[in-house]
Amino acid sequence: MDPITLLTFFVLSVFVGFEVVSKVSSTLHTPLMSGANAIHGIILVGAIIVAGQAENVGLLIVALIAVLLATINLVGGFVVTDRMLEMFGGRKPVAKATTEEGAR
Amino acid sequence: MSILSVEWTALLYLVAAVCFILALKGLSSPKSARRGNLIGAAGAVIALVTVFLSTELDNVALIIATILVGSAIAAPVSRKVAMTQMPQLVALFNGVGGGAAALVALLELTHVEGIGAVAAVAFTVLVGAVSFSGSVITFAKLQELMPTRPIVFPGGPVVMAVVAIASVAAAGWLVVTSDPTAAYVLLALGLVLGVLFVLPVGGADVPIVISLLNAFTGLTVAASGLVLGNTLLLVAGTLVGASGTILTRAMASAMGRSVAGILFGAFKGGSTAGSTIASDRPVRSSSAEDVAILLGYAQRVIVVPGYGLAVAQAQHTMAELATTLEAKGIEVVFGIHPVAGRMPGHMNVLLAEANVPYEVLQEMDEVNPQFKTADVALVVGANDVVNPAAKSSPGSPIYGMPILDVASARQVVFLKRSMRPGFAGIENELLFEPQTTLLFGDAKESLTKVLGAVKAL
Repeated sequence: MDPITLLTFFVLSVFVGFEVVSKVSSTLHTPLMSGANAIHGIILVGAIIVAGQAENVGLLIVALIAVLLATINLVGGFVVTDRMLEMFGGRKPVAKATTEEGAR
Repeated sequence: MSILSVEWTALLYLVAAVCFILALKGLSSPKSARRGNLIGAAGAVIALVTVFLSTELDNVALIIATILVGSAIAAPVSRKVAMTQMPQLVALFNGVGGGAAALVALLELTHVEGIGAVAAVAFTVLVGAVSFSGSVITFAKLQELMPTRPIVFPGGPVVMAVVAIASVAAAGWLVVTSDPTAAYVLLALGLVLGVLFVLPVGGADVPIVISLLNAFTGLTVAASGLVLGNTLLLVAGTLVGASGTILTRAMASAMGRSVAGILFGAFKGGSTAGSTIASDRPVRSSSAEDVAILLGYAQRVIVVPGYGLAVAQAQHTMAELATTLEAKGIEVVFGIHPVAGRMPGHMNVLLAEANVPYEVLQEMDEVNPQFKTADVALVVGANDVVNPAAKSSPGSPIYGMPILDVASARQVVFLKRSMRPGFAGIENELLFEPQTTLLFGDAKESLTKVLGAVKAL
């Protein structure tokens, strides 16, 4: 791909990246950081490509290490973010139950 | 396999990139956050299927097996880790991502042509290595495998400058010659640089460095997108780099710090002399029953939870104490400092886990004016975020950090393990004030005793 097209992608992505998170409350800083962390785990795509085109065993081993590290980043990142966010919703009935218990 | 045409591949990568944008957008608001994360995961799945269907790949079975092994490691750890340890897990995930990017670029070195592409390799190897080793150090600090305070040694800035200059030189060598040896030297220098970069950062500033390294890893992924000519990596990496930079600045300003101040403040010396030595000045300590009486006859109580509450797994006991007090007609709110816990928003996650309703969690600006009318401020396992030194002593490392104004409550009760200073290693003058009462012990045990005594009133 020619450099100018790549530069265009880069510059537009910078602005989108700035824009989408410009108004975030401090409550969500941690999940947002964790979610962004999961997204850069997409380097797994790059790791798969280099592993699939490795010419000898040595290179393949290094590439598979990259695949392993990238998978841990990607899968772990999304799972841990989901676990954090799970706790922000759907707890009303339980909260009411503890109130009743406290009233006794 | 090359089942998908170039056009279809590009189109599917575009769909994945849009998913990532929607994910970041969703994560910026509490209502849509969880869905946003799932959209991001869906984007990742689309991208992975696409790469397998569009690229001529050997060793497919080995690659898939490795992915399965990686998932089998990461998913259970992420499911089981205690919420208190989550910041260091995020740091670790970020580090391995940076390491993966550095390795990918290193392997692509023999395939790339042109100075621009080699420069992108050099950038990825260097910054990926910095991100990897830096994240490992932040992990060790948060896991308390090493001291959390800033670590400075004589000549530190000089060593750092020498390594940084050597790194730039090695990068130049690599760009000019495309010599793989230069790439290995650059990788090694990057690893050293990452360690030197994070060591002088201490205490409460560590999360900001995690966020910064997260943005770094994003940029390395973008650069490896340039190396591989892959637009998805370029776009996704740039998104994370840009949003991570904004997030880092937002976190730093929530703590009243500048990013440059955090990174280079420790080098200036003097202000970072944190200690972990307990003071022997006299304080007023009391029993759980006394604390129960203070609470039971108050009208307004503001609870200030900190990391100590989380470590003791006392969120549930704290929540029960709050509902018991409320049943007696006492108004209870929680004042949440932006960096309560170990990361911005960490305490909200922990209390949400204990079913504390969202409405009683109040942010700092909201709760600070209310301390004047509060009878009791109950500080559970927090220290730095209520330390008046942040306002009154310009020499203190936390000077300028916004704090919760507990000193203006009529009574202040601290539940503390010991007189040891907090994470930032600074003594808290408030402990010695006349309106302050201390109850020593593990947060959970203390709260259980107080809860029992309140019920018996």
